[in-house]
Amino acid sequence: MLHFSRWKTFFIWGFALLGVLCAAPNLIPEKDLASYPQFVQNLRLNLGLDLRGGSHLLLKMDKDLLIEKQIKVLRGNVRTVLRGKRDGATRSGAIRYRDLSAKKDRVEFKPSDPADLEKAYQAVRTLIQPLPSTSFGTTPGNNIDVEKTADGRIVVRPTEPAITSKISTSVDSAIEVVRRRVDALGTTEPSIQRQGEARILLQVPGFDDPEKLKAVVKQAAVLSFHLVVRPATAEEAADGLTEPGTTIFPSKDQYSTHYILEDEPLITGADLANARQEISPQTSRPVVSFRLNSRGAVRFGDVTAANVGRPFAIVLDGEVISAPTIQEAITGGSGQISGNFTVSTADDLAILLRSGSLEAPLTILEERTVDASLGADSIAAGKLAAIIGLVGVVAFILLAYGTFGIYANIALLINIAMIIGALSLLQATLTLPGIAGIVLTMGMAVDANVLIFERIREELRAGKTAISAIESGYSRALSTILDANITTFLAAIILFWLGSGPVSGFAVTLSIGIFTSVFTAFVLTRWLVSWWLRSKSSKSVEMPI
Amino acid sequence: MFKGVDFVPHGTKIPFISMRNIAFILSGIAMIASIALFSTKGLNYGIDFIGGTSIEVRHKAGPANIADVRSKVSALNFGDVQIQQFNDPRDVLVRIELQSGGEEANQKALDKIKGVLGDAYEFRNTEVIGPTVSGELTQAGIIAVITAIIVVLIYIWLRFEWQFSLGAVVALVHDIVLTIGIFSLLQLEFTLSIIAALLTIVGYSLNDTVVVYDRVRENLRKYKKMPLADLLDVSINETLSRTILTSVTTLIALVSLFVFGGEVIRGFVFAMIWGVLVGTYSSIFIASPVLLLVGVKRDWSGLGGAKYKEPGTAK
Repeated sequence: MLHFSRWKTFFIWGFALLGVLCAAPNLIPEKDLASYPQFVQNLRLNLGLDLRGGSHLLLKMDKDLLIEKQIKVLRGNVRTVLRGKRDGATRSGAIRYRDLSAKKDRVEFKPSDPADLEKAYQAVRTLIQPLPSTSFGTTPGNNIDVEKTADGRIVVRPTEPAITSKISTSVDSAIEVVRRRVDALGTTEPSIQRQGEARILLQVPGFDDPEKLKAVVKQAAVLSFHLVVRPATAEEAADGLTEPGTTIFPSKDQYSTHYILEDEPLITGADLANARQEISPQTSRPVVSFRLNSRGAVRFGDVTAANVGRPFAIVLDGEVISAPTIQEAITGGSGQISGNFTVSTADDLAILLRSGSLEAPLTILEERTVDASLGADSIAAGKLAAIIGLVGVVAFILLAYGTFGIYANIALLINIAMIIGALSLLQATLTLPGIAGIVLTMGMAVDANVLIFERIREELRAGKTAISAIESGYSRALSTILDANITTFLAAIILFWLGSGPVSGFAVTLSIGIFTSVFTAFVLTRWLVSWWLRSKSSKSVEMPI
Repeated sequence: MFKGVDFVPHGTKIPFISMRNIAFILSGIAMIASIALFSTKGLNYGIDFIGGTSIEVRHKAGPANIADVRSKVSALNFGDVQIQQFNDPRDVLVRIELQSGGEEANQKALDKIKGVLGDAYEFRNTEVIGPTVSGELTQAGIIAVITAIIVVLIYIWLRFEWQFSLGAVVALVHDIVLTIGIFSLLQLEFTLSIIAALLTIVGYSLNDTVVVYDRVRENLRKYKKMPLADLLDVSINETLSRTILTSVTTLIALVSLFVFGGEVIRGFVFAMIWGVLVGTYSSIFIASPVLLLVGVKRDWSGLGGAKYKEPGTAK
């Protein structure tokens, strides 16, 4: 066990050197960093949000609302089918129906003439489409199920896979929208990950205005312009009932005012080419000015030309922001949204409109925001604790094991460098509990050496020579070291799996520390001890421990 | 070249096993007390588990005025509100309970607090945990601790024998129960990172137990005729110097973290210091005596104690 071939020596020290080299870029001062090559710059510890400051938001998309919208679209499609095909001036194949309604998970209606049941059933079945096959090559089935009930109704419901796929695509597009919105705030390296079915984990380091972040991220920002039919009466506003093809919307600022608007939008957020906040020259108040894309500009020009003198409403997320009257045809494709804005809210709205809309608003399930100054305090405290802990452990080991203690301490220092190197290489995130993990590893890393050295002492007391005591000290301690470290490693894996943010950072540090400490304490010190042994001329050396 | 100081006396013959009854009684009382505390006083759960809002604010100029913060926040009527001095005289910790009315209600509460305190205080650390996530975190925490125990049980059973695995798990449960007990007694905040500390304690305590067990297994092969009680004593005494040295180095590192590492991780580090002490105790006084209670197989020749039967001969 004490013989090392040249290759083995080369490999052991090469490996240790690699670890130390990977850790080295962390010593470069921030200001000099730019003068080093990119791969050196990348080899630095990623600090967690608790150390550098920033916001961690766990967002959830409103699934029920998505399903509700999906059902409403389905109701529209059913209605279209039942109207039949336009055939010149007349319609053919129209089926008269009543009670067409959107329930929580289905659409249902009753043909007015019970004899039409089968005909209506067949007509609605034309809406059935196979879902696109998944990447695994399985066919997930159809988009909807259609059935006839005993009491003569027809029930149409989206299938389970159709709902799942709808949620999935909505969340995917929400991630893109959130990314654009957060980028628009001018933040660096936000991390946006999907978690589970309908959740998004957003981590934005170093941004000190969580309120603005939340305001920008949460809102669905669905924008549309509609012609106003007329203001709603109090009764209409209360019961929400109005003629077909129109809907009642509340006003954002004056809660008592409601408008009856045409369902068909003039333009939507998708027609926008750009939006920005500016101060209106007329009123000196903040407004959001927008420019339409060419298709939207043509369409908006046409409808405004045909409706001069009528008011139209600008609706954002189900609320009327403002309802100006069309003074003249707006053909230039640009305009302004005025409302009760401050510079900041107008700016937020402009960001939202530029970044696109979410299909449903996001709810904040969890928020953790750390101020950068607290992070800096934590780093300072962590560093101090680590240095004092290290000095204490090193002094103690030196005292306990003398010359061999020096070897154990060399191993300990290389071990810490290797942990930092591995964390830098893996681009793992260092959190405050992670620092605690490193400090704890310092204490526990020497355990392997303690086991070995105590064993060597035991063998010496049993009367063995130095060489055979060292030999059997290392070989007999090995199984104990492995058993002890594997059990700790198992606990660390479970920690990682439990892992939320800082806790999994701790688990990663602990696991890496287990591997590096076994390498440094068992392999490196063994090389050092055998090197010491070879430097002794006599075989009956006096042991320093 | 210089020689190390051999701190721990060697060749000790401390009769640990004969102290087992005292140890069992002491541990038994401590465990019952822990369970009683847990079921009466309960734990001071952090918002990770019960939801709500926790804010650490720092006064922008000079020491914080706690009474002022209290009256301002209390006026907002959030139900249970805790306001306390924290770390530095400028710092105040504000905790409010989970607001009814879903996820949004908690965000609104935070906005209101920012409204009343925002001018004079900077918000250093803000955590808002809604009802959905807190429920999930509780579940995940419980699952993690139970899974850790089961995985360890299986590993030790594979590496040793079922009696060892029973002893290790008894010691583990002992450590965890006592840690929960001290958190209940001192009403320290019990957070997700305390669960992390618990799992680390599981790892550390096992580390200790496995070292002793390894020696027991070795001595079982070496001293075939020695009574089990004596054999356990020899094994514990032989590994005693290592147990003490490793505990000391780990404690040096942990105490340094406790004193200098800052308020944020103090609870976490406290749990680990406690765990190292209790874990060291339990691997000597609990894990090994359990082996004596259940008895261990003495024949480690490979086939085990089972009688080998020719296939087909059994009637």
